[in-house]
Amino acid sequence: MSTDTSASTTAYVPVAETLGTVLAPSSRPPRPSALSASVTFGWRAMLKIKHVPEQLFDVTAFPIMMTLMFTFLFGGALAGSPGQYLQFVLPGIMVQSVVMITMYTGIEVNKDIERGVFDRFRTLPIWRPSPMVGYLLGDMLRYVMASVVILIVGLILGFRPAGGIAGAAAGIAVLVGFSFAFSWLWTMLGLLLRSEKSVMGWSMMVLFPLTFLSNVFVDPSTMPGWLQVFVVHINPISHLVASVRSLMSGQPNVAELGWVLIAGVALIAIFGSLTMRLYNRK
Amino acid sequence: MTELAIETRGLIKTFGDTRAVDGLDLAVPAGMVYGVLGPNGAGKTTAVRMLATLLRPDGGEGRVFGHDIAREADAVRNRVSLTGQYASVDEDLTGMENLVLLSRLLGHRKPAAKERAAQLLEAFGLTAAGGRLVKTYSGGMRRRIDIAASILNTPDLLFLDEPTTGLDPRSRNQVWDIIRIVVAHGTTVLLTTQYLEEADRLAGRIAVIDRGKVIAEGTPGELKSSVGAGAVHVRLRDAGQRPEAERLLAKALDAPVYLEADPVALTARVSADGAAAAEQAALALSELAGAGIVVDDFSLGQPSLDEVFLALTDHPATEKEIAA
Repeated sequence: MSTDTSASTTAYVPVAETLGTVLAPSSRPPRPSALSASVTFGWRAMLKIKHVPEQLFDVTAFPIMMTLMFTFLFGGALAGSPGQYLQFVLPGIMVQSVVMITMYTGIEVNKDIERGVFDRFRTLPIWRPSPMVGYLLGDMLRYVMASVVILIVGLILGFRPAGGIAGAAAGIAVLVGFSFAFSWLWTMLGLLLRSEKSVMGWSMMVLFPLTFLSNVFVDPSTMPGWLQVFVVHINPISHLVASVRSLMSGQPNVAELGWVLIAGVALIAIFGSLTMRLYNRK
Repeated sequence: MTELAIETRGLIKTFGDTRAVDGLDLAVPAGMVYGVLGPNGAGKTTAVRMLATLLRPDGGEGRVFGHDIAREADAVRNRVSLTGQYASVDEDLTGMENLVLLSRLLGHRKPAAKERAAQLLEAFGLTAAGGRLVKTYSGGMRRRIDIAASILNTPDLLFLDEPTTGLDPRSRNQVWDIIRIVVAHGTTVLLTTQYLEEADRLAGRIAVIDRGKVIAEGTPGELKSSVGAGAVHVRLRDAGQRPEAERLLAKALDAPVYLEADPVALTARVSADGAAAAEQAALALSELAGAGIVVDDFSLGQPSLDEVFLALTDHPATEKEIAA
């Protein structure tokens, strides 16, 4: 890497011949496929992580903090001991942490719009959703990282999933898949809202009720009936937690998994199409 | 008849209560630099964004190489490139990565994309800086990587939205040279600018726009002769003598006189050309001397954008500083 900024500026004189060779109309390649364009945008997300690895702090430190905090804060009171509580709460904490970091997608989209680079992407003759899918592909890596970090912390603290490695991996796969679908909410808000701050504000309004009014920390059977209706039946996060728990404990709950699948498809259908409407109109 | 790169009829774009573009009619012949000249807020950027398919028009129609900008956006995107007012490259990636990324998105396979990126870095004098993040680039280098990104697939039409605003003179000259070379290779360039000098040097034809409409169109020569060959700028010692000076100058030059913000300064158009202009200006100044008005300083120069505006619209360009 060179640090000499001035020399390359002062020395440059545009030369007709050199520029002419790059301008010579060579044959244009065919436009890339939807998959190839999306993967290329995913590669962009990887490069950004490579250049600013500090941004991974969110997906490592935050989940570790959440796991330690809730295990030792509630463990004794709710389950007799942190070790016993951990068996129940770890899949829930994992879901909560990963779902919470999905909102960074919205912030990334919003930052790109404020800079000019978004205009460049929008004038390219490519599959329209590919920049959005690219963000999400990059983010899926972050979701996997956060999940694995929490799993490792859990194993160190004494979490022993009955489903073994395969069950844990299946749980993480379902969680990452759902988070991909859920992130379309953030791409929509990233396009809709004016600033990073408002994306942040909205995300708290959405994420706190969704993740706390759920079965992440406690068994909903002690809640008042009206709250149980939301927590057990309506909140998709509860279905997701139940699914991940069932996979990790080696007894997959097909009904809950079916719910998660339906919720995921619905999220993509609704927020994916709203995202693309906004993207095309912006 | 030559092919038209851009043709718009009654193009309209509204933001809330403001009509940013208000019935824009343009006919841009292919193969030249076409200048769109106007002050900040005249609707230049909005017009460019509609033509580049980034904004949907609210009314009227626009065609780029015969393709409708609203209904055939993809066909338009295949033939155009845009370099906006703000760098349209990713600041968090290196110069090389930016070009490889865009090259891949245009359909080049990885080895070809890398080769193409390296060629462009070389041609734009950025090879040494290719491995650095774009956010560390100087203003001139950023502009160059931006233009390089726009010609990865040599476009038939290149939009350059105020490409030299904020650049130092050396970088500005580099951009001008690049534009000349790009046009010589057959790409049509639509250049928006606030500077008459820039449009004059580069453009084959110029449209002057104000409040979202074209108020004058023609070759630089036609435009200037419609405004007058030049302008005489006068500074008086005593601000109290300005009304009298204004009357005398208007009479001697037979042209409108513009009172500057500075209470002792006036500017008047000179209709004659070359040596005759100097003579006309000298006569007008002697009129002032004859009436006992003390002139501290005067100069004869090209009409500024402000004067073009004054002449064409009877109101000065909205942003005062751009007249400098």
